[in-house]
Amino acid sequence: MSSALLIPLLPFIGFLINGLAFPKLPKQIAGVIGSIPPLAAFALSLQLFFNFDGNAQLIPIADWIQVGELSIPLALQIDQLSIMMLLIITGVGTLIHLYSSAYMSHDAGFGKFFAFLNLFVFFMLILVMGSGFVTLFIGWEGVGLCSYLLIGFWNQKNSYGDAARKAFIMNRIGDLGFLIGIFLIFQEFGTASYQEVFEAIKAGSGTNVGLIAFCLFIGAMGKSAQIPLFTWLPDAMAGPTPVSALIHAATMVTAGIYMVIRANTLFELSPEVLHFIGWIGLATAILGAAIGLFQNDIKKVLAYSTVSQLGYMFMGLGASAYTASFFHVMTHAFFKALLFLGAGSVIHAMSDEQDIRKMGGLKSKLPITYITFLLGTIAIAGIPPFAGFFSKDEILAHLYHHDMIMWSLAIVGSALTSFYMFRVFLVTFHGDFRGTEHQADHLHESPIAMTLPLIILAVLSVIGGFINLPAFVGGNEFLAHWLSPILPEGSAEALEVHVASLEFLAPLAAAFIPAIIAIQIYGSKKSVPVADAEISGVQKIIYDKFYIDEAYNFLFVKPVNFLSSFFYQFVDFLVIDLLVETVGKIVKSSSNEIRKIQAGTIGFYVFMMVVSIAIILAWTLKSWMF
Amino acid sequence: MQSIPDIIRTIPLTHYVLLSSALFCIGVLGVLTRRNAIIVFMAIELMLNAVNLLLAAFSSYFSDPAGQIFVFFIMAVAAAEVAVGLAIIVMIYRNIQTIDIGLLNKLKN
Amino acid sequence: MYLLFVLLFPLLLGSFLLIAKPAKAFSLALGGSIVELIVAVLLLCQAKEATGVTEFIQPWIPEAGLKFALFIDGINGVLILLSTLLVPFIIGTTSNSEKSADARYLGLILTMQAAMLGAFMAKDAFLFYFFFEASLLPIYFIINLYGGENRNPISFKFFVYTLFGSLFLLIGLIYVYLRTPGEIPSADFETLYQTASILSIKEQSLLFLAFFVAFAIKMPMFPFHTWQPDTYTVAPAQGTMMLSGIMLKMGTYGVIRMIVPMFPVGIANWGGIVIILSVVGVLYGSIIAIQQKDMKRLLAYSSFAHVGLMSAGMLTLSPEGIQGALYQMLSHGINIVGLFFIVEVIERRTKTRELAQLGGITQSSYFLTVGLIVLSLGSVALPLTNGFVGEFLLLKSVFDYDITIGIIAGITIILGAVYTLRMIQKSIFGNASKVTSNFEDLTICEKLVIIPLSILVIVGGIVPSVILNYSQPAVDLLSKWIK
Repeated sequence: MSSALLIPLLPFIGFLINGLAFPKLPKQIAGVIGSIPPLAAFALSLQLFFNFDGNAQLIPIADWIQVGELSIPLALQIDQLSIMMLLIITGVGTLIHLYSSAYMSHDAGFGKFFAFLNLFVFFMLILVMGSGFVTLFIGWEGVGLCSYLLIGFWNQKNSYGDAARKAFIMNRIGDLGFLIGIFLIFQEFGTASYQEVFEAIKAGSGTNVGLIAFCLFIGAMGKSAQIPLFTWLPDAMAGPTPVSALIHAATMVTAGIYMVIRANTLFELSPEVLHFIGWIGLATAILGAAIGLFQNDIKKVLAYSTVSQLGYMFMGLGASAYTASFFHVMTHAFFKALLFLGAGSVIHAMSDEQDIRKMGGLKSKLPITYITFLLGTIAIAGIPPFAGFFSKDEILAHLYHHDMIMWSLAIVGSALTSFYMFRVFLVTFHGDFRGTEHQADHLHESPIAMTLPLIILAVLSVIGGFINLPAFVGGNEFLAHWLSPILPEGSAEALEVHVASLEFLAPLAAAFIPAIIAIQIYGSKKSVPVADAEISGVQKIIYDKFYIDEAYNFLFVKPVNFLSSFFYQFVDFLVIDLLVETVGKIVKSSSNEIRKIQAGTIGFYVFMMVVSIAIILAWTLKSWMF
Repeated sequence: MQSIPDIIRTIPLTHYVLLSSALFCIGVLGVLTRRNAIIVFMAIELMLNAVNLLLAAFSSYFSDPAGQIFVFFIMAVAAAEVAVGLAIIVMIYRNIQTIDIGLLNKLKN
Repeated sequence: MYLLFVLLFPLLLGSFLLIAKPAKAFSLALGGSIVELIVAVLLLCQAKEATGVTEFIQPWIPEAGLKFALFIDGINGVLILLSTLLVPFIIGTTSNSEKSADARYLGLILTMQAAMLGAFMAKDAFLFYFFFEASLLPIYFIINLYGGENRNPISFKFFVYTLFGSLFLLIGLIYVYLRTPGEIPSADFETLYQTASILSIKEQSLLFLAFFVAFAIKMPMFPFHTWQPDTYTVAPAQGTMMLSGIMLKMGTYGVIRMIVPMFPVGIANWGGIVIILSVVGVLYGSIIAIQQKDMKRLLAYSSFAHVGLMSAGMLTLSPEGIQGALYQMLSHGINIVGLFFIVEVIERRTKTRELAQLGGITQSSYFLTVGLIVLSLGSVALPLTNGFVGEFLLLKSVFDYDITIGIIAGITIILGAVYTLRMIQKSIFGNASKVTSNFEDLTICEKLVIIPLSILVIVGGIVPSVILNYSQPAVDLLSKWIK
């Protein structure tokens, strides 16, 4: 058996053991069993990475569905893209498993949690390793399921359950688009395997490529939380924090970007769809950043920041900057996982408080968390030479050459990002402590199992940018070269950027100036965001997320519920069933009427007999006469 | 010498038909309107005899004895019927002290 | 001869239970149904390997050319597997209740199984019709004697409604039968296929409608479905399982076995409308299910939605659609029986099926939670569960038939998630309510039903090829008639 097959299999075994033995297995053992598979998978992925010879490798597993001319095999594909994704998933995954073993240690559902995490890793690995669109879809829906299970992990609370359902259902809307895309692919090419489809496209067949690309992108919208299907992601923060870090920041939500990069051959042929992707990404980036500006829940800020960063990645894809987008996926996985885990550490220390207005001054109590969170903030704000700077700058550089309007709007979004991140950082860690005394007594730095992942991720957030350092600052553009075989020709070529140009300076300004403003407001003046009731004006609209949830509720949820009652109470009972019942009633009442004739009156019987005979006679005579 | 059929034939066939039809209708009306079982019975006899008359008339007109044989049959059956029927009526009278057929509705329900 | 055994064994055992009312009825029935399952599986394997057709033919009414003919091919093999597989579970679900000692009840279940097996195995159309109708009797008594509130009018409506539909089938059948060539007409399926293929377009269309009404009522399909929610709700748990798990498949089986090969021209004329009606039914059922308060009624509407998709897929006449429908019949049977059993378990303990009164069960019963979630996932067609394979093939066939209809039908995967997840959340998540606070964990017998069914959901999603390959040759043969 190929060792690549073991990579997804190990987490699955972990899931089975932890899931089946959940109520009985002691926590320590469950933690170990849960954490070893991703670690082993990471080791195996590293081995794959170093032994990779440059040629994509297909590992068939089984003939899954074979009906008539339709054939869907299950197979894994190891190539540049999947190896990179494997490293991110298993690497970040291992750290988060380690972190969870401490973070969740007081939870009764500890074993179950690890089972779900392992299952998630399994499906995520299937998603990136699959050799065709159907395999991708298996992983795609599977991670959605795990997301559902983990968001609603504390299922006693109904609002968490609602958030979980919302996530699953919104994802399903996207999945329908994806599924239709797959059907179209089958219609067009008769197969869904990447290699065959892309070869067919390169050979010039396929007329419906634009429609296919559009349908696939609808799937990506759902999974990667783009407008209009983004509202589930902020709500998904109901899940335990490690889940937010792993699923809703580092891995699952980037599946949409993975898919577009994977199918770049297809998307390249439909510039309109790419254009559309770019604008959707831009709108999402700005909207997410804008809503993030005034949120006071530390996880909500990070969630909107994720939405916004995903928007950037799609913007990059829209400009055909696949390497840059992937680069951002990677660095984003580092710093956003770091930020979420840091937030988790804060929440843990603050006895489950998430409102930054009730925190403040934590820097002395949580030194490691403080420093790592700061590094993460700098990275996401795009300040050089941290990871976020390089990846975001690369996207921006491509945008600059692609579309100036998009570029300038993206710079605005970037400035917003820098502001809200420093705001949340400063309000949380600087200033005076605003929590209760009870919380103050319990303030403590997290155990080593939680701080170690923070430190590792912080290091990665600092140096992660060097993996694709542009040539003009002396880098070797490793990632671009690595990915170039699977990308369209020429897309890996380096962009010439002049250090003294607007193109180079504007992003820097967008990173630094808002940071300084934030430091002025929240650092030096120690201002604290006001209480909910005092928020007013535009700020109130933004704080309430532009009432998008309410609008969706009004536009979709209410009508469907109304239809449901209407169909059930009116159409089913009063129209269809009434018709059926009426037929029955007619038979019954007419039988009642006819029954009355049989009253036992002999005279009447005789009379009817005579009349009948007369009629028969008349009838017979008539046929005689004429 | 004039044979009986010849004498019968002196009256046109139509008259026989009309007479027996009239008799038959009277019988039918009697059955339908009277409630006394015995009168109903008599009305039935009237209908039978109307038919007998018609059979005899046709038999003579066409010199076919089959009709007259039928008449004998009918008379025999009618006699038997009267015997049984009257017995039933007597039984009914003993049971419900009336022979009004309107009251014979025990089969109802 | 095995064929005859498979048909007669449950009939004899059931009759024995009905007449003799032995003391150990439960063990007898369960043991018998397991033996039946083993023999059926052996028979299916044998039939797969045999070179010719596995059949059993005796004259039945020789003067009319009717034969007592049973056979097995890939298509009815799946359904024989379904009915023999589910009945042991259904009988197992009576454990821990007063019904397990009721020989009459178990006898009725077994005789019903025999009747349905007869319908699936019949090679002669009138034999099929005979068993098709015969299966109504036991289920009528199951509902009428053991049902809940209002059982009399509801079982009556169910009986008359389905009987009414079957009459059209009988008329249509006689019409084709009388047209068969030869001195004595024949009702053998093959002969009927041949005869139907030379009928005029008008005849085909009318006959298609006559046949379809019968099966549409049985399935049931929009708008002939109004007997279903009431019947499912009122019937005792096992009756509901028999109805939804196996009996409604007689309708879908009938479509595949008779309508598809006999009236391709009729389908070409009417199929578009019928497929649209099916898809309307899919959405209609799903939307209604969203607001249901009673778990059984919710599942009834969900079942109705699933069947609509099967019927749409079959009538596209593509191999994917037929295979998908076959596979979905199997999956749907497993899932819906499991789900109804979970409802039954909840109802036994809490005396209610109202979602509003439930909640928080997951804290007291881990296996029930796992079982409910796995079975529900099968029902919402998550990949790697059995439901996905069928639904994927069905949606694909409808999509290939017409893109717009396909997309509309696809909305079911969204709505399915909506109502299923709502049911999960309201019933087992959230805080424990008054009635669920002392919820007892599952007993061993209950676990023995739920766990294997859950495993089947997963296995069916991972290795569908076992079943799909089994039915493929028969479906290919069917495609020959379609052309």
